[in-house]
Parts: sequence; C-alpha cells; structure tokens
Amino acid sequence: METVLKATGVNKFFYEPEEFHVLKDINFEVEKGEFLTLMGKSGCGKSTLLYLLSTMDTDYKGEIVINNYKVTGRKQNELAAFRNEHIGFVFQFHFLLPEFTALKNVMLPAEKLGKYSRSEIEDRAYEKLKMLDMQDFAKKLSSKLSGGQAQRIAIARALINDPTIIMGDEPTGNLDTTNTQIVFEILKELSGHKGQTIIAVTHDPEFAHKSDRIIEMKDGDIIKQ
Amino acid sequence: MSLIVNLGIAKTHLLSKKRQTLVAMMGVTFGIGMYLLMISFMSGFNEYLEDTLLSATPDIHIYNDIKSDFSRSILDEISDSNEVINIIHHPKPKNITPNIHNPKQIIADIKTFDNVLAVSPQLSSQVFYNNGPVQLNGSINGVNILEEAKLTGLYDKMKTGRIEDLLKVDNGILLGHGLATKLNASVGDLVTLASPQGTSMSFRVVGTFQFGLGTLDNVRSYVSLKSVQQLLGKDNQYITDIDIKMKDYTNAKSLAASFGSKYAYKADDWETANASAMISINIRNVMTIVVSFTLLVVAGFGIYNIMNMTIQNKLKDIAILKAEGFAPNDIMQIFLFQSLTIGFFGAILGLILGYLMSCGVWNLPFPKNEFISITHYPVTFHVRHYVFGIVFGMLTTLIAGLMPSLKAGKIDPVAILRG
Ligand SMILES: Nc1ncnc2c1ncn2[C@@H]1O[C@H](COP(=O)(O)OP(=O)(O)OP(=O)(O)O)[C@@H](O)[C@H]1O
Ligand SMILES: [Mg+2]
Repeated sequence: METVLKATGVNKFFYEPEEFHVLKDINFEVEKGEFLTLMGKSGCGKSTLLYLLSTMDTDYKGEIVINNYKVTGRKQNELAAFRNEHIGFVFQFHFLLPEFTALKNVMLPAEKLGKYSRSEIEDRAYEKLKMLDMQDFAKKLSSKLSGGQAQRIAIARALINDPTIIMGDEPTGNLDTTNTQIVFEILKELSGHKGQTIIAVTHDPEFAHKSDRIIEMKDGDIIKQ
Repeated sequence: MSLIVNLGIAKTHLLSKKRQTLVAMMGVTFGIGMYLLMISFMSGFNEYLEDTLLSATPDIHIYNDIKSDFSRSILDEISDSNEVINIIHHPKPKNITPNIHNPKQIIADIKTFDNVLAVSPQLSSQVFYNNGPVQLNGSINGVNILEEAKLTGLYDKMKTGRIEDLLKVDNGILLGHGLATKLNASVGDLVTLASPQGTSMSFRVVGTFQFGLGTLDNVRSYVSLKSVQQLLGKDNQYITDIDIKMKDYTNAKSLAASFGSKYAYKADDWETANASAMISINIRNVMTIVVSFTLLVVAGFGIYNIMNMTIQNKLKDIAILKAEGFAPNDIMQIFLFQSLTIGFFGAILGLILGYLMSCGVWNLPFPKNEFISITHYPVTFHVRHYVFGIVFGMLTTLIAGLMPSLKAGKIDPVAILRG
C-alpha cells in the first residue's frame, strides 16, 4: 500500500504560561484510503497533533510528509496552496463565514482552487450538500443554521475539493445519532471507493471501532497503534 | 482568478455591515469635503487679492527716490581729499525736483527688453479736488491713457464713460469710483483740481473706474500727461514715474534690480511694492496647506481605526479562510480592497460635498466694507484641487488600510481556531 502521510520524530512545546511538552516524539504513518481515528483523554494533544498535520501550525520539531510532499519548513504561501488542494479540515467547533450562505461557504475553497468553472463548482457544492441532506438549506445564511446543520455544512465544505486527506476534529461531536451514522457512512464511502484518507479525532468509541485503525494517545505519546 | 474571489469576499463583508461601511465613508467624505471648501475659499480669496493688487500695481515701478543725505559736497569731487576736508553745516536742499531725467532715452531703452510688454510714463502729484463745497485730498496721474490701459487692464475696470473720451475731450478726467461718489460727480460734470503750488484747473469728468481697492478708488484719477504738466507748470519732458508691464511678471524682481542699477533710479517690483499683502497671502497659503493636510490625515486615521476594528471582529473568519487555503496575500487583498472601496466612494462623495459647500459659500454676500469692493465671497473651482483631493484621499486610505491588512494576513489561524 501507498503511504500518504508520514510523521517522523514530531515534538511540540508550548512556552506559555510555562514550558510544556505537548507532543513527545510522535512517529506514525497513514496509508492511502485508510480511515484512521485518534482517541485519547481530553487534553492529551489530539487537536494539537491534527493542527500540525493540517500544515496550519508550523512551529514544531521533526518532519511531516504528506502525499510525498515534505510540508515541514515550507513558506506560508506554498502551504496555503497545498492545504487548499490536498487537505479538507472539519473543526472541533463548526466554523462558517456568517455573512455567506451555506452554499457559498461550501463553494469558497473551490473558487480559491480555481480548477472548475463557477457553474461546475456550484453543481459540485450541491452534490456535497445532498450527500449530507443539506440541499434545502443551501441558500440560507450560515449564521441562521443550527449547530448540527452548520456542522454538516462544514463537512460538505471540507469535501468540496476532493482532498487527499480529510481531517476532522470531533466532526460528529455536534450531531445526533442518525446524522453521526450518515457522516460515518459518507466518510467510509470516501475512504473505500474514492481512495481518500480520513483522520478523525473522536471520543465516540462506537465510531472509532468501526474505523480501519485507532491510534490512542496519552499525555502527548502514542500508546497504541 | 484568486483576485476575483477575494474581491467577492470583500464585497460581501462591506455589504453585510452597511452602517459601519457608511460611517467609515463619511469620515473620508467629511475630511475631503472640508479640505475642498477650505482650499477653494482660501485660494479664491488669495487669487482675487493678488489679481487686484497686480492690476493696481505695475510689475515694475521706476521713480526718483529723493535722497535726504546732503552731507557730501560737490567740492569733494574736485579737491584732493587727502589735503582738504569739506564740512557742510546745516545743509538745506533747494530746487530738488522729483522728476526723472532723460525719460525718452530710458523708455526707449526699456522697450528693447524682450520681456517688457508695455511702458507707461507718468506724472503724478498730490492735489485737492473741489466740487462745489466738497474738498478732497487725492492724487492725480498724468498718463498716456492707452499705454496705462494696457498696464492696468483699465478697460475692464470702467464703471461709467469711455476711456477713449479722455483723448477727445479737452482737459478730460477719469475719476476713481469712490472719489466720484464723494465728490458727487458723474460723467459730464466739471471738477476743479488744486496743485500743492496753488495753481488750479478745471476738468470735465469723462468716466469713472473701479479697481476694487479702496486705497485706489477713493483717491486716484487719470488725466493726460500734458494736463498735469500744465497744472504743475512743467515742460513736456517732465515725468516722475515709469510703470512697466511684463510678459511674465514672475521675473519682475530680477529685472527691477537691473533697471535700478542701470538708470540709477529706484525700481520696485510688484512683490516689493505689496510686501505686506504678499506676506498675508503667504501665511494664508501655509495655513491652508496645514489645515487641509490635517483634515486628510484625520480621515486616514478614521479608516485606520475602522479597519483595525473590522479585522478584530473578523479574526475567526480570517482563520477559517486560512484553513481553507487562502494565503496571507489573499487575506491582505480582502481587507485592503475594503478600505480602498471606502476611500474611493468616500472621496467621491467628499468631492461632491466640497463642491456643494463651495457653491454655498460662493453665494454668500460678502460684508460691505471700504477697502475691497466684492459682493460675494470669492471661491475658485480648480480641477487640480479636486484631483488632488481624490488622489490624496485614496493615498491615505491605501496607507491607513495597508497596515491593518498586512497584519490580518499574518494572523496565526491555530491560535484563533483553538478558541
Ligand atoms: N496555546 C496553548 N498554550 C499552552 N498550552 C496549550 C495551548 N493549547 C493547548 N494547550 C495545552 O496542550 C494540551 C493539549 O491540548 P489539545 O487541544 O491538543 O487537547 P485535546 O487532546 O484536543 O483535548 P480535547 O479532547 O479536550 O479537545 C492541553 O493540556 C492544553 O491545555
Ligand atoms: Mg481537541
């Protein structure tokens, strides 16, 4: 199998309010098409690790390679372009741009990518919204959506550019069991048939156990792969 | 491509906060509007004053500045000063005439200069004007009226009568408007003038003129050169002043200096003659620039504040956009475009406001006074002031918007997304 992500000797420190070793020599690999879940107690460093992998946080030691592209040490502009094309991120709390409609929120990353025409982008956005059963809310202002609805829009947004890796920080944290089930099925489908890789942080053991592999963390260490 | 997306985001931001956008624009509008009002009014006033002063003063004025130092004796010239010392006690001047000698040669010589447009020899004197019981102190200028008209633009200053009649009518006179009013004299009336020597002559009024400056209109009158020579009992070569108009009056200063040393008479340029007025014009210019600059800079600070506030409120959105793959430059563009839009429309509205306010001031009646005769506040409408306003307005918003926008581009998304 093809390796899509490789982290070698990743260490991270926080210096405020005092020096704190959050991630301690993290080493792991993820294969293409794998559905990986990250588990561990609150505060053990899951989100921190995910931000490093997402290329948004560049302040760490060690090396991260994604899709045979070494992201460590790259310039902000290069990382932004890479992120745009290869990484879809779902935040722990849904974050949508409040002035834009749900549809526009989903479309923006694709418009930035500039690979498709406007009408194609709109079609694709509708397609993603339909997958999450949110097509009826497309024209609604995103600030007027409920927490769970917004979360599903955020997931659709993460999928719009068909990224190599979809990262989720508790992507189903705000959803009821039905919708959690739907999201799980979608992610499963994406990893299985389309070969997209999923890395999701979760506190939901049931969700985790249905995934391909669980990485368990404790106090900044990986204790079980 | 990226730019279009960024502009779209900026537009949505602006439109979703209409009130804030409008308030920010009003800051610029007010600043530019006030700047325009200020500069239009001040330059209007200055130009009016400069124009009247310029038309009332010759570009160069040559005259005989009577010396009061008589301590040197003509004996010094002929005796050897090493052996003899000449001392003069109680010198008393006698028969000193204030006229210019050799006027014909001097005038002919002045006319050879390229930059000289017109030369007007004059004979001026203090006189008393009598019309019935009214007796007024004033001055009379004997001139070649056609040359003088070229110098002062007298044709445009005539209130009644015609300049040419001065040539036709025997002993005609053109009276200053204020003088005519005080004498209660109008075209066709006779006025009697008395010279300091006691001789008197009657003149028939053929017209009145108004320069707009009380100091002139209340005292001056024009007659032919010959008439004054006759009044004073002088020969037909006797003149006291030579007034010169130049093609380019900005060169007057240097030319006046060279005339002064060449002919050995005093030669004043218009700036020296109007030194005090020029100082006040300069001070007004400096004040106008300072106040205008302040107004525009304050408008810039307004934009700076509002952009900082906007960005502070949009930290989350910036972090999301960055997570989606928008680069620091994209974020910078989004916010810079917002401030430039505010600056542009604010400046356009400012131009309109400034224009309307200038029109308003232009229509205000000017308080009546003795010294300047204008009915309305003088206001200029120069395109360059408006161009400068919009360029400077855009420039301040560019600078004021650039700093917060660059800062927005550098925001660390992780710190914000963690909450
Ligand atoms: N900016 C920061 N400065 C200092 N310490 C931080 C900072 N951000 C996080 N931490 C600390 O780092 C540790 C890991 O935080 P992290 O957010 O990765 O936890 P987590 O595993 O995602 O927890 P949860 O399941 O509650 O989301 C925590 O102890 C947290 O207090
Ligand atoms: Mg977390």
